[in-house]
Amino acid sequence: MKKHISILMVMAVLAGSCTSDSEFLDREPTNILTQDQIFSDSELPLSILADFYNRYYDFGRIEDWPSVADFNVAFWSEAGRYGHFQNSDRGYGDWGNWDYGYIREINLFMERLQASEELAESDKTRFLAEARFLRASYYFTLVKRMGGVPLILESEEYDFSGDPSYLQHPRETEAAIYDFVINEAEAVKDILPASADVKSRASKGAALAMEARAALYAGSIARYGQNTPSVSLPGGEVGIPASRAEAYYQTALDAAQAIIDGQAGNYSLYMKKPDLSENFASLFYDKSNNPEAIFVEDYMLQSGKVHGFTISNQPRYGAEEEEGGRINPSLNLVEAFETLEGECEPLPVKDNSGNYLKYENPEDIFEGRDARLKGTVIVPGSNFKGRQVDIWAGVLLPDGTIISGDSRGQQKEFPGSNGQEQVVGFDGPIDGLEFTAQTGFYIRKYQDPKAGSGQRGVQSDVWFIRYRYAEVLMNAAEAAFELGQPELSAKYMNEVRSRAGITTELTADDISFERIAHERFVEFAFEGLYFFDLKRWRIAHIVMDGVPMTEEEVTSDVCDVTDRLTQPWGLWPYKISDPGSSDDGQWTYRVMKPSRVTGADRFRLGNYYSEIGQDIINNNPLIVRNPNQ
Amino acid sequence: MNTKYYILFLGLMLSLVSCEIDNYDEPQASFTGALTYQGDTIRVAQNDVRFQLWQSGFGKEGPLDVHVSQDGSFSSLLFNGDYRLKFIEGQGPFKALSQGTSQGDTIYLNLSGDTNMELEVMPYYMIRNPEMNLAGASVNASIDLQQVITGEDARDIEHVTLYLNTTRFVSANGDMHVARADADLGDMSNLNMKVDIPGDVVQDYIFARVGVKISGVEDMIYSPLQKLNF
Repeated sequence: MKKHISILMVMAVLAGSCTSDSEFLDREPTNILTQDQIFSDSELPLSILADFYNRYYDFGRIEDWPSVADFNVAFWSEAGRYGHFQNSDRGYGDWGNWDYGYIREINLFMERLQASEELAESDKTRFLAEARFLRASYYFTLVKRMGGVPLILESEEYDFSGDPSYLQHPRETEAAIYDFVINEAEAVKDILPASADVKSRASKGAALAMEARAALYAGSIARYGQNTPSVSLPGGEVGIPASRAEAYYQTALDAAQAIIDGQAGNYSLYMKKPDLSENFASLFYDKSNNPEAIFVEDYMLQSGKVHGFTISNQPRYGAEEEEGGRINPSLNLVEAFETLEGECEPLPVKDNSGNYLKYENPEDIFEGRDARLKGTVIVPGSNFKGRQVDIWAGVLLPDGTIISGDSRGQQKEFPGSNGQEQVVGFDGPIDGLEFTAQTGFYIRKYQDPKAGSGQRGVQSDVWFIRYRYAEVLMNAAEAAFELGQPELSAKYMNEVRSRAGITTELTADDISFERIAHERFVEFAFEGLYFFDLKRWRIAHIVMDGVPMTEEEVTSDVCDVTDRLTQPWGLWPYKISDPGSSDDGQWTYRVMKPSRVTGADRFRLGNYYSEIGQDIINNNPLIVRNPNQ
Repeated sequence: MNTKYYILFLGLMLSLVSCEIDNYDEPQASFTGALTYQGDTIRVAQNDVRFQLWQSGFGKEGPLDVHVSQDGSFSSLLFNGDYRLKFIEGQGPFKALSQGTSQGDTIYLNLSGDTNMELEVMPYYMIRNPEMNLAGASVNASIDLQQVITGEDARDIEHVTLYLNTTRFVSANGDMHVARADADLGDMSNLNMKVDIPGDVVQDYIFARVGVKISGVEDMIYSPLQKLNF
């Protein structure tokens, strides 16, 4: 009987299965969205754009701290990275970039967006303009690093015929890519919102700022490329004819002036705090109504998009984690900050007759300097998060002996001491001990003063500013100078300099190439711009010529940034112990080179444009190699 | 006890697996030689100058880089076959010689067995009569310069420098010298340099070379290495 029931049941099941199979299998997928679904709703294309924004290629990124502190503006106080200062050459492939996958995705997005019919027209035009802005931004990244590249503006399909040669495109000229970036910025600027409140998405201000920067770079390559004739290719893939310099500079000036005149929204220099150093530091972390930031990479606490820049670089002593102190700004950078009167002077370590000067407080030696110094660098004796940093290298006895320790805050007994006394700061500097201030300095720029920013479980939501108003002013100043309008140049530079507290105004006669180069060096330290300045002015091989530096060189011509800069140096404070004398407890300074710095950077002519990988050339023999490699 | 069997078993497996024969013999053609100009060797900095060998016939092409040592010599271990030798534009203080209109400066090679070859190139300058000697705690050097490439492609001299190092590798590269001094270029027929030996040199000998930087050419040309005993 049971047997019959089972047979019946099996038959019933089989009978039930005879309904149409095709319908049964035709299910809506639950894990992917179809194109029709995506382009029918304004939220979903926006999330695709968000992915493109997230993959934007920056050169310096605060998520990758060494990238903002390269080229000897800082020493890296992390044991695993000392090797960086012990060799001289950089690989030809360094800084290379070739992500055509990113371009293809943007091209596909644009094509599908245009084909969609359900999306509101206003959404469609803005999304399209943003995609064009991002694509142009990436071509700008490529041209800065690789020179002219194939310009692909449509998605391409392989037809499986066995012959992919129709997909191989030669490199455009370097000028053509710059022209493309400039033209795209012109085309989208009036579609994008002209508002200073739009910061993490493309705005009119961002488009104009990109145009100004790109045109300025192209102009300077045209003009200064003359100095290195061997950095060029006969087909123009690298190098721009000198005759085009003028026009590029004019484009840069016009685009920058459009922002300065307020056409793109209400941008201005950040001036919220009376203390100018604090003001300069907070320009980078103040995210509410910041009038200076034009286009940023934004972060948000508890969203997953946070970064550990503060954890990596906070003063180690009393930090929220036993970690930090990695970027140690070099003396070479610190000395480049002028005095408030606008004079270029080395830090007063010695008097005229060569005797070491003594100071009441460790911070006194930095008095009267450009306010940006303390806004960029944490100097000995200054504060971070309300706590004074403890940077001093040892005790100096009257006979010239130095008593120091090899662990942070070590105590020792020495002649004249009161039993065991501290002989070295809790922040170092201790030569070769990672995370201490081995040059005597820590970085302040982009460090987050909020509680919890130094904790691994919380991290920081300080944004990274890609374009800011001060750069627009400096770009305008440089373009005006190159166009023979030094008065205009002086006017823009004075705005930037007076925000830094410098009291002496520049006149038209003061403006020179070296002045502008120097101003950019100190204003934009640790922002990822210095490298491209070195490259476009064709001075990288002069600044980094592989020759080690001497103390004499470090402490003379401190403002000349076209000079040699091959090694990061330091400045160590010592406490004088001389009981009974008026010198007791005073501070004195010594210029030094961290002992882990043994190499001297050399930038070869073949480094001006990154090497295009052999795999890329194998796949596309139309690609010509970059020069001198 | 068990472990022993595991090891024995493993050894057995390994001996079975490792008995395969490789598909190819190892490369056996040694390609050696030096860069020369009229029989004189052209010396450069270590790891600074390279040329490329290309071989067709195995799918996509890729170059084999051959680096030139600081004494101007090179050596490379290759498979027998036909190769094309190509100098890279801008590499080295010299110009490649034309091998005829059809092939430009590419040199066709058939390598089988050991080959020793002098690669003739055209340097901008040659260093003649280099002399280096000790004078107390310093080193004196003098050279003569012979300009080889004249006319349209002629280049000026940027600097002539004497380099000292504690190891055999001596060049302008920051890692490869401990002291240096430039010659006064006012009188090109009388190029003299003098440099003090750094105080922290503990050994009783030092290596010296003179390098010449030609303007617009990155790689420098050097004199022979000289070891000076105190």
